[in-house]
Amino acid sequence: MELIFSQLLDGLSIGSVLLLAATGLAIVFGLMGVINLAHGELMMIGAYVTYVTQNLFRPMGEGIFELYFLFALVFAFFITGIVGVILERTLIRQLYGRPLETLLATWGVSLVLIQFIRSVSTSMTIGIVVAVVLGFLAQRFAPKKLKQASFYPYLSGLAWLVSAVIGFLAITALSGSKFLSKPWFGPRNIDVTAPKWLQGSWGSIAGIELPGIRIFIILLSALLLAFVAWFLTKSVWGLRIRSVTQNRQMSNCLGIPTDNVDSITFGIGSGLAGVAGAAITLLGSVGPNLGAAYIVSCFMVIVLGGVGNLVGTVIASMMLGIIQSIIGSGAILIAFPEIPNPSRAVIEFFATTSMSYVLIFIFIIGFLQFKPTGMFPQKGRSVES
Amino acid sequence: MTTPILELNDVSVDFDGFFALTDLSLSLSHGELRSIIGPNGAGKTTFLDVITGKVRPTKGSVSLRGASIVGLSEQKISLLGVGRKFQTPRVFENLTVTRNLELAASPTKEPFSLMFKKLGPTAKDEVHRLMDYVGLAPFAKVLAGSLSHGQKQWLAISMLVAQSPDIILLDEPVAGLTDEETNRTAELIKSLAGEHTVVVIEHDMEFIRDLGAPVTVLHQGKLLTEGTLDEVKSDPKVIEVYLGQAD
Amino acid sequence: MKLFKKLIPWLLLAFAFFVLPAILSQFRLNLFGRYFSLAIVALGIDLIWGYTGLLSLGQGIFFALGGYAIGMHLLLVTQNDFTTGANGLPKFFENYGVDNLPFFWQPFWSFPWTLIAIWLIPAIVAGLVGYLIFRNRIKGVYFSIITQASLMVFYHFFNGQQKLVNGTNGLKTSTTEIFGMVVGSDDAQIVFYRITLILLPFAYLLCKFLTSGRFGDALIGIRDDEARLRFTGFNPVPFKVIVYLVAGGLAGISGALYTIQSGIVSPQYMAIPMSIEMVIWVAVGGRGTLIGPIIGAVLVNYLRSLVSEALPEAWLFVQGGLFIFVVVLMPDGIYGWFKNGGFMSMLAAFGLAKKSATYPKVDMDEGYAAES
Repeated sequence: MELIFSQLLDGLSIGSVLLLAATGLAIVFGLMGVINLAHGELMMIGAYVTYVTQNLFRPMGEGIFELYFLFALVFAFFITGIVGVILERTLIRQLYGRPLETLLATWGVSLVLIQFIRSVSTSMTIGIVVAVVLGFLAQRFAPKKLKQASFYPYLSGLAWLVSAVIGFLAITALSGSKFLSKPWFGPRNIDVTAPKWLQGSWGSIAGIELPGIRIFIILLSALLLAFVAWFLTKSVWGLRIRSVTQNRQMSNCLGIPTDNVDSITFGIGSGLAGVAGAAITLLGSVGPNLGAAYIVSCFMVIVLGGVGNLVGTVIASMMLGIIQSIIGSGAILIAFPEIPNPSRAVIEFFATTSMSYVLIFIFIIGFLQFKPTGMFPQKGRSVES
Repeated sequence: MTTPILELNDVSVDFDGFFALTDLSLSLSHGELRSIIGPNGAGKTTFLDVITGKVRPTKGSVSLRGASIVGLSEQKISLLGVGRKFQTPRVFENLTVTRNLELAASPTKEPFSLMFKKLGPTAKDEVHRLMDYVGLAPFAKVLAGSLSHGQKQWLAISMLVAQSPDIILLDEPVAGLTDEETNRTAELIKSLAGEHTVVVIEHDMEFIRDLGAPVTVLHQGKLLTEGTLDEVKSDPKVIEVYLGQAD
Repeated sequence: MKLFKKLIPWLLLAFAFFVLPAILSQFRLNLFGRYFSLAIVALGIDLIWGYTGLLSLGQGIFFALGGYAIGMHLLLVTQNDFTTGANGLPKFFENYGVDNLPFFWQPFWSFPWTLIAIWLIPAIVAGLVGYLIFRNRIKGVYFSIITQASLMVFYHFFNGQQKLVNGTNGLKTSTTEIFGMVVGSDDAQIVFYRITLILLPFAYLLCKFLTSGRFGDALIGIRDDEARLRFTGFNPVPFKVIVYLVAGGLAGISGALYTIQSGIVSPQYMAIPMSIEMVIWVAVGGRGTLIGPIIGAVLVNYLRSLVSEALPEAWLFVQGGLFIFVVVLMPDGIYGWFKNGGFMSMLAAFGLAKKSATYPKVDMDEGYAAES
């Protein structure tokens, strides 16, 4: 029984991470109808931000180091949030109204981010900065006459290409120096040490230990979710977000800056992913491929919980987390060794992490046969069109 | 009295507490031409949604030739002989005019017969006749997406005719048309009545007058009144709804 | 000129069939054989995405199933020291202490059954998955993420089942034998290359048949306005199931051909990236055309080989950039760009060609015009 309980806590904490990530994904989807396939990579950035913060705080002495994780959460939220805003302003905006294309483009972004984390080094950063600066300068200082020429768009494309090549050459030139070309992170997994106050137990209920990390994650996501709920229902920007979600054109006519609403929503959604990524670092080591492991689970949460419904998202993510940890770990068999054979064989079959995915998916497909629009469908005239 | 071809009985539609239709009862007999008017939000489009199976009524019954059609899919209801033109003209933009019409005119809608059977000569003749009638013949091989708004309206209407349904539901058929086109549309619609049952939803009162059909007024999901256009126009309830309380 | 235009693809095919084997090294030729087999799965994706508007991110399932079908057959019928264990079964079974062949392996003793299974099993699985999704009117982005989730499921399943299909390691076919030839040998590979080139035009013609007639019109109707099609009396579900099923079958054939030419089939074929890459081949080549996906599959994979050979780390950057570039700036793909006048308007911008009228070109199928 104790085992089941601890697996339950496990499941709830995994579910909480999913909840944070999926909430971010869902509000963006609800607002813009866009699924961001790079969402998992935004989580990864959050995790790496945590790692960097830890390394920055380490030399500051024992006392301050203990607090690094709180700062890391804040940094993770804002840095991934900014990355999200940049992503929205430069790319997603171009693809408005083409959700399937957005899916593909954001996948491209995710590939770039993964490889970036793997191979980023000082020389690479310099190269990128050189390329971007050159590219912008070329646009900035192009003569006006040239800008009006009909072939200017092609020319500016060429200019970008040339600056990219120069940037690439700069990287190659700098690669001679070991110091400059040493990857910051490399492809290998990184580890984050949880501060002391998170390690170990936070007391016990009825003889069952409460592991600090898990409880912290659960509390963290509850707190953030409460904040998101408050933000969406009570704040001015939340009101704007909801109005754009319901009727974009009308909101535009009413003078709501839909552009900024999009950016802010995307930023918040990405920020939540960043916090989720920071939380993941507490559960184990993380690597550049972190995103892939979580993104599909996030999708399942959205499919199951429905879009634009926080309650649905909470229930769905907790359910997924719990199924994964209780069935996937085989805890049921250990807790109830006397289960008779046919059902025992079935449970055993699904008692690995991989197979618990299979089970969840079968469950979801079955569920969709009865409730195709998720647990809490939206109603109204505008839903289908 | 024969059974009406379409009958709505106490139909209500509830969108999470907002009643788009409330206890609406209405019946249409075969070959009838009926106009429906009402201010915005009166439930006109939801009324069509209920008949065509897009929205399932929360309460009440909808029957076609005496048999209930509540809960049937859109395509089943369409195959039973109910055709609909949408508010904005919806045509298949990446198909040519001819092919749009041929899809609608196709007597079979099954994938395998579409794959292996050619369209019969009767359907083809009908397609050509319709194109000539609405003046789209010169555009037969143009993608529907590059037609003008008025041409799209006409294509949508002629697709509906090509489908040859018993009941034709037209949601704002003359929105965005020129006067001349509007007149022609009125002619077309009048010629359809008799053989088909036609329901027209419009805001254009001139057009409604042209049709000379009985008018039903909807307001806030309820049936407000029925009668000829002049009767309806002089009805104080209708005036109040359209112009507000005169005090 | 028109006739010449029509002949170009067939001339290129003949060139690939007769000339390429003479001028390319065995290594390159084998790579091209793989690209052409990937073009077949791309055709299927074009059918469902380009024509019907269903973006499936799970074609890897069907691709890998085809690969596993041929792999199982090859492992069973080959009796040599590399692949056969002491108990006469494929060697990997020994590692997991399996003495009895799992039941679903049994039919794969038969070569004719294998030839059927390669496309039939993926097609059936696709049809089933498709039916369960489509009948609930799940479409758009939802469809995409559910297909991706089902891909994950198959991936985990095959990864986790060592005793049934050798788990992560997959099935190695390069050391097996078929008709007395070692599958990985040069002689066998050139045969596979030619078989691929024979099957590719058949796949093309099948897609052409499905997309050019009235059935194809209905598919485009589904893509452009599914609800409208319903109100016209069509039930879109069987149409979607049929194209998804055909795309699945094509993916299976493609996977089988790819497997024998790459020498292995593993759950990696069902990993998420592979399936999305398949979609981008179609996007790069030009969706909604049937030549496009073939061009895309060959070009992108050729590019991949070149970049990975020169600078392996750069490939993900290039690929990611390609995704973004094509989607944002070249939504019609390379073939569509030429066909829709993008190339001419670029020349015109530089003053190298006359400005063409901005009216969209009316493109008619000649055969159809003659008939009506």
